[in-house]
Amino acid sequence: MFELNEFCTVSSLEQADELLHRDKKNVILGGLLWMRMGSRQYHTGIDLSGLSLDKIEDTGHLIEIGAMTRLRQIETSDLLSDNFGTVLRDAVAPIVGVQFRNLATIGGSVFSRFSFSDITTALMVLNTQVHLHRGGVIPIEEFVENSPGRDILVKLSIPKQKIRTAYRSVRKTATDFPVLAAALSRSKDGWKIALGARPSRARLAQEAAKYLSHDPDDRQIEFACTKVVEEMAFGSNQRGNKTYREQLAKTLVKRGIEAICS
Amino acid sequence: MQLTCVINEVEYTKEIAPNTLLLDFLRSLNFLSVKQGCDTTNCGLCTVWVDGKPVLSCAMPAARVQGCAVTTIEGVDEKAAKFAEFMADQGSDQCGYCSPGLVMTVLAMEKEIPHPTSDQIKHYLAGNLCRCTGYVSQMRAIENYLKRTGAKGAS
Repeated sequence: MFELNEFCTVSSLEQADELLHRDKKNVILGGLLWMRMGSRQYHTGIDLSGLSLDKIEDTGHLIEIGAMTRLRQIETSDLLSDNFGTVLRDAVAPIVGVQFRNLATIGGSVFSRFSFSDITTALMVLNTQVHLHRGGVIPIEEFVENSPGRDILVKLSIPKQKIRTAYRSVRKTATDFPVLAAALSRSKDGWKIALGARPSRARLAQEAAKYLSHDPDDRQIEFACTKVVEEMAFGSNQRGNKTYREQLAKTLVKRGIEAICS
Repeated sequence: MQLTCVINEVEYTKEIAPNTLLLDFLRSLNFLSVKQGCDTTNCGLCTVWVDGKPVLSCAMPAARVQGCAVTTIEGVDEKAAKFAEFMADQGSDQCGYCSPGLVMTVLAMEKEIPHPTSDQIKHYLAGNLCRCTGYVSQMRAIENYLKRTGAKGAS
């Protein structure tokens, strides 16, 4: 059981920042779903619930998602599905259950940079920007590669764009972590292909995406699927081995391309 | 720290430790229907509603329900009893340990999705595990309950 000496619902980001840097054992609280299973001792749990960061908003050119937005809100948001298709809904819907997703926050999910993350994989094909209190605004693919250190994830922003998307994953059982996750998108800037749970952190397959024209033929799709396996590292864990994941990657990417082109 | 919230329409003000989880807080007040069946935030047994939404009380800090309305199965006893009739009719209840969590999720689904398909029911209830009855009889009970005379979603 984790320990927490104090629970502080802050009234500003500045207060949260001050508390976070006052003591290395102070911590920003997300949904608490992982933290509560650990045994670490924390001093002050910093709760952002009072900062109205639990909203999905249309600012004109961007859709902004506050850090405390629950995964269930992502799943049921018409604003997100109207703008980006079902990629975000499909990514979060298999995560444990409705009750879990009513607690898990998007900020906690992204900030933790979980290697098995469905949602990070999906956000990567939407040109998502991560807004950090100290670290400024950075693309999610950079955020995932480099530890943000002690900072506060405030919100995500996604540019509104004409885009088609697809999300495909393989799981051993419903609600389990993915064996492999694939997200794809096609916009005027071309294709994006992200693979997560390889089992390492999600990344974009940038070379493979270059093989695809707007409406790729079978040969281009074949080249792209082969290139995905060449350019990305796959590994083994208890859910699947490297060879299995490489086979899955080809199939999931092909199915994603076909779904977008259909 | 001091916590004030409403549980089943009754206001409570209590001193709690900062890392108290909602599950333990509720059980300390004798809401013993709220149970923990796993230690991995997966089983759904501990489901209660916070401001009408189903959550896992085993993972929610009690401090986060400050000023909120919490509902346990004790607060929806008439509806729960009605649903229990359909469970009994299909024999979809054996040890009964998981039933309070299942009932709270089914009643939440009924509020949120007026006419759920079978796939929607399965999706909404994927986070509720039962290790003795099996889900086929539960599905029959849920579908019969939603189709009952006078139900919101009945055709």
